[in-house]
Amino acid sequence: MTDKIPVTVLTGYLGAGKTTLLNRILSEPHGKRYAVIVNEFGEIGIDNDLVVGADEEVFEMNNGCICCTVRGDLIRIIDGLMKRKGKFDAIIVETTGLADPAPVAQTFFMDQDVGDRARLDAVVTVADAKWLTERLKDAPEAKNQIAFADVIILNKTDLVTPAELDAVEATIRAINPAAKLHRTTKCALPIADVLDRNAFDLDRILDIEPDFLEEGHHHHHAEDIRSMSFEIRGDVDPDKFMPWIQDLTQVKGGDILRCKGILAFRNEPKRFVFQGVHMILDGDLQRDWRKDETRVSRAVFIGRNLDREEIRKGFFATAA
Amino acid sequence: MISLAPPASLTQHVTPLDAGSHVIAAAWPGGVPALALAGGAVMLGLPGLQRRIDIHGGAGLLVAASTPGRLVTGGGDGRVCSLGATGEPAEIHRDPKGSWIDALAASPTGSVAWSIGKRVTACDDKGRLKTIELSSTAQGLAWFPKGYRLAIARYNGASLWFPNTQTLPEFLEWKGAHLDVSISADGRFVVTSMQELALHGWRLPAKPTEKVAHMRMSGYPAKSRSFSWSHDGMWLATSGADAVIIWPFQGDGPMGKAPRECGVRRARVSQVTFHPGAYVIAAGYDDGCIMLLRMTDASELVARHATRGSAITALGWDKTGRHLLFGCEDGAAGLLALPT
Repeated sequence: MTDKIPVTVLTGYLGAGKTTLLNRILSEPHGKRYAVIVNEFGEIGIDNDLVVGADEEVFEMNNGCICCTVRGDLIRIIDGLMKRKGKFDAIIVETTGLADPAPVAQTFFMDQDVGDRARLDAVVTVADAKWLTERLKDAPEAKNQIAFADVIILNKTDLVTPAELDAVEATIRAINPAAKLHRTTKCALPIADVLDRNAFDLDRILDIEPDFLEEGHHHHHAEDIRSMSFEIRGDVDPDKFMPWIQDLTQVKGGDILRCKGILAFRNEPKRFVFQGVHMILDGDLQRDWRKDETRVSRAVFIGRNLDREEIRKGFFATAA
Repeated sequence: MISLAPPASLTQHVTPLDAGSHVIAAAWPGGVPALALAGGAVMLGLPGLQRRIDIHGGAGLLVAASTPGRLVTGGGDGRVCSLGATGEPAEIHRDPKGSWIDALAASPTGSVAWSIGKRVTACDDKGRLKTIELSSTAQGLAWFPKGYRLAIARYNGASLWFPNTQTLPEFLEWKGAHLDVSISADGRFVVTSMQELALHGWRLPAKPTEKVAHMRMSGYPAKSRSFSWSHDGMWLATSGADAVIIWPFQGDGPMGKAPRECGVRRARVSQVTFHPGAYVIAAGYDDGCIMLLRMTDASELVARHATRGSAITALGWDKTGRHLLFGCEDGAAGLLALPT
């Protein structure tokens, strides 16, 4: 097991309820100690020596490509926190409503000092049931936050009708079918649904719900961010798949926000699990396929301007 | 050079110390050994006579800078404090919001500077404060030798600021994220470490007709977060590789010249410090080992054997160069007395 400190990234557009959730996490008696990195001091109603203000400074590495951005403030703050190991069990990073989650997530993969000591547990996005649909139209940040999420908390459900709620959930699902979604009022949900998710841990990645993976289950074509998921009923050839996915993420990395997948490799008893953030790709063999499981290969891509047909063809061409 | 015999050992000359918390800095204010600890305290005094002086409490001690006379610390409580050999801490500044002190520098002339985010504050020896706001976060600070001019490492370059004048800071531009900064003893060279696993140097013009010259020092497998100049200012020893990388600064600086390497091991150098009077470098590694390396003949002496989970995080020679104080990630520490 890893002794890396888990980090939960809390995003959500202005007013969605991030601070409510944060206060709930910090005040519930769960016996865990959190270091909290916040964008604005004073909003947290709790006295904690380990509340740190962040300035959300983004470093562009190399040629300024979106895929090579990291958060300089997080690198510095996590470095400072790690010198006080033993004082806390986990870190929560709250971002402003306008923050792009990509540099936050990428920091954990691109900065070696951070990656050696901390692991990204999950990106949790709080969405306002009443206003999300509007925000998705006018705020690209809101859309990115939905697209990046591993866990989505659809909050303020008491302010909309059941039909409106279903509609907003369908909109979310069109952008991100792979995230765990919880409907809440006042962010009331068990803390275990938010923290220690291991969403980025290749051991437990994605409980992709099968019905979202079915071909043809895609609506809202007008969305510029969309998701696509594919399933090959059987094995793929790693000698074809690896060069294909590497090439795809290199060439289209700017447009692919997230990708995830579980694959059955030919002659391989273990499941191959991969996930990516823009150009960064991480993959490993995990547990054995169980006897009661059908060997299928599934992949999800979330991004902008993606050519569904091209990716579908490319993926299916890797079938063994 | 490959030495076949194991390095000779100095380990029996080390007095172990229990600091109990990640050691941020090892210093000798007024000639007394002092360890600045992430837990918020400073451990001051010779072995057996130490006192633990709580300075920043539970908010933690984040950064430290030292001069021959004092140890200056910055904490998670937004305070900057100074401590001399007597161990009476004096508060230099207290941030009203209690924000983290991100970077700190102290000059032997008495000037101190610190930063919180984009805001940098300088305090001269009379306690007068001057503040500027930069367009990006100050990552590292260093005073020029006379203590009148401050170098600030930041995104896309370094700013050089005279706090006591009205003039705007001069900006030395180089694309990328600059982290720590150091100035050569003659004030001609400004060197930064970078997020991009390189050092960058600027040679400042000696006369108005000259231009700033750039030095790129790359090839590190990890960030170089510890630098040390030789006593004569001719060499700069750096961490971040599996050997100490030493850049030549004679004449025009290291442009076009290869660095020297010493103390090659299967571990990463985490701390370096030059002896105050000789071409000897104390090198700490991330596997907990400490070596003394003599540049002139590449001879090596081991001062601490590798110790699991005990990466070296601080090294400090006393003024005479007869004692080396060190501290580690896990709160272990020690004092090496060189045999005479």
